[in-house]
Amino acid sequence: MKTILKSVALGAALVAAPFASFAQSDDDLNYVLVSHAPDSDTWWNTIKNGIALAGEQMGVSVEYRNPPTGDIADMARIIEQAAASAPDGIITTLADFDVLQGPIKNAVDQGIDVIIMNTGTPEQAREIGALMYVGQPEYDAGFAAGQRAKGEGVTKFLCVNHAIQQPTVGERCRGYADGLGIELGDAMMDSGTDPAEIKNKVMAYLSTNEDVDGILTLGPVSADPTIAALNEMGLAGEIHFGTFDLGEEIVKAIKDGTINWGIDQQPFLQAYMPVVILANWDRYGVLPGNNINSGPGFVTASGLEKVEAFAGEYR
Amino acid sequence: MTETAPPAPVVDERIKQTSKFRQALIRPELGGICGTVIVFVFFFLTAFDSGMFTPQGVLNWTLVSAQFMIIAVGACLLMIAGEFDLSVGSMIGFAGMMIAVFGVVLAWPMWIAILITFAICLSIGALNGAIVIRTGLPSFIVTLAFLFILRGFTIFIPQTLESKTIIGGIRDAAEGDWLAPVFGGKIGNGFFQWLGDIGVIETFSRGNRAGEAVIDGLPMLVIWALLLIAFGHILLTRTRFGNWIFAAGGDAEAARNSGVPVNKVKILMFMFTAFCACVFATCQVMEFGSAGADRGLLKEFEAIIAVVIGGALLTGGYGSVIGAALGALIFGVVQQGLFFAGVESSLFRVFLGVILLGAVILNTYIRRMITGER
Repeated sequence: MKTILKSVALGAALVAAPFASFAQSDDDLNYVLVSHAPDSDTWWNTIKNGIALAGEQMGVSVEYRNPPTGDIADMARIIEQAAASAPDGIITTLADFDVLQGPIKNAVDQGIDVIIMNTGTPEQAREIGALMYVGQPEYDAGFAAGQRAKGEGVTKFLCVNHAIQQPTVGERCRGYADGLGIELGDAMMDSGTDPAEIKNKVMAYLSTNEDVDGILTLGPVSADPTIAALNEMGLAGEIHFGTFDLGEEIVKAIKDGTINWGIDQQPFLQAYMPVVILANWDRYGVLPGNNINSGPGFVTASGLEKVEAFAGEYR
Repeated sequence: MTETAPPAPVVDERIKQTSKFRQALIRPELGGICGTVIVFVFFFLTAFDSGMFTPQGVLNWTLVSAQFMIIAVGACLLMIAGEFDLSVGSMIGFAGMMIAVFGVVLAWPMWIAILITFAICLSIGALNGAIVIRTGLPSFIVTLAFLFILRGFTIFIPQTLESKTIIGGIRDAAEGDWLAPVFGGKIGNGFFQWLGDIGVIETFSRGNRAGEAVIDGLPMLVIWALLLIAFGHILLTRTRFGNWIFAAGGDAEAARNSGVPVNKVKILMFMFTAFCACVFATCQVMEFGSAGADRGLLKEFEAIIAVVIGGALLTGGYGSVIGAALGALIFGVVQQGLFFAGVESSLFRVFLGVILLGAVILNTYIRRMITGER
């Protein structure tokens, strides 16, 4: 009976083998990274590259999980599910503290090491019992951007928000407004994610608000169409233009002067560092004593070479 | 699917004899039953020692399946009555946001917030139905409109009131409320703690809950799913109203001529679908403590997928609540199980599509074989 069971299991394992994504390693550490990003968000590709490289270098297996539609309640279930599979560590974003604190705390209490990355704050990470926070505090980054833009002469701005449902992304607009010392008001635009829509909305806004002299976009999704809009209106280089995150189009625009600077939160580090830290913690019990700020790093036209080479892949 | 009266002692030669086997095959939930067995066998073989069948793992996919079941019951009855509701997903986000607005922003007692939200959702369901009936437009179009209308309000209202799109603090606001635990509570705490104490299920190893069982009760979400399934099943198969639902979806004109209040049936089913979506939303905000504008995206399709896997016909007039519940179970188990089996997450949708297609083809094939339709 036992041999039959065994051979059935072996057969099933053979069938399932092509699906298995676990990399083989000596001590079989495995980590799961859970994000809040919907499938359509290509920015997270860098994250996948980051954990893949770290997993390979450290000889541990890593997995990436996300809710297909970006639904944060679904994400909570994914964290519960990850905890049930008892991995050695969970790396997760903290996109909505109310929703995710329960599942994450449960995982921590179960004895699983947790690192918060990308979204959330160091305070929340501590409260939840995570080892540390690796990322760019969104409001602070927005604030820094606002202060810098103020110094560069911005007096009235438009913030193009392509992810209005995600409150943490909106924090950047709020921080930017506060950094400039201007009331946010209706300067934050719910642009949607369709490039043509974004482009036309930006053009419409700029032609009805001619005194706008600064634009902030919150990622490649809103930045690329905004670049096109400025080009079409002949305003490229005229309006102060800052953006979050990098991508090929953004890098090109920084080079030709359309965009003054991009704020790189270095997603590669956000994905890579937690894996390395967890692996060393599990193997040797060593742990950095503080949180890691992966950003904000301002990327300007000077020193673009590496950024250019790796934009969208590791940058 | 109508219930035949118990056979008279004397065999009537006018009634065609069908074997028990054939009768079993003709049931719409057959595909669902086969699918459930196949899926469980598959995961027993590929993911048995991965944590999927630990109590915690079981609870995980049970919860996800229960979520699908709640909306699938509503979608199933509505589909049998011959209509669709594409606004289910948006309704979930909308209802959650309404509870947050009334309960947190306006600080009304939570039970009032919940009851008013239910009233609003039911009236939107009724409005959906009334527009479909009055205009004669396909429900596909009407509810598609409401998909956008409701999603728009779900983003607009919190943006205007609080200038953010997630409203938290619902858990605190619901503290001590008498109605909130009906949706967000858990039952059987003592039983699970006992299981934990005797070592059947794991206990927390650290933190201020150390020693407590990792499962501290059966969430009300699951109870709601079971109640709704029982209600839907009995309504459909044991009551006259159930027959009206089949009749309204099968041939509305013929049903009308034989005195079935088709309009009333359809409107009530739209309201029931809205009710299910509202139950889903209330359980969700009570469990997680916040309402977000992105909740429930694409859930309408997931409900329809579950119903279709469960053997219901897209054209109405045929289907079963048990089948839909099994469809939801399959959906939930596959969605969560592939992770435990270590399948690359991007392949999940491929798998789901294959299962959906397989189930539908199987269902259609069986039905044609049995009924002789072409």
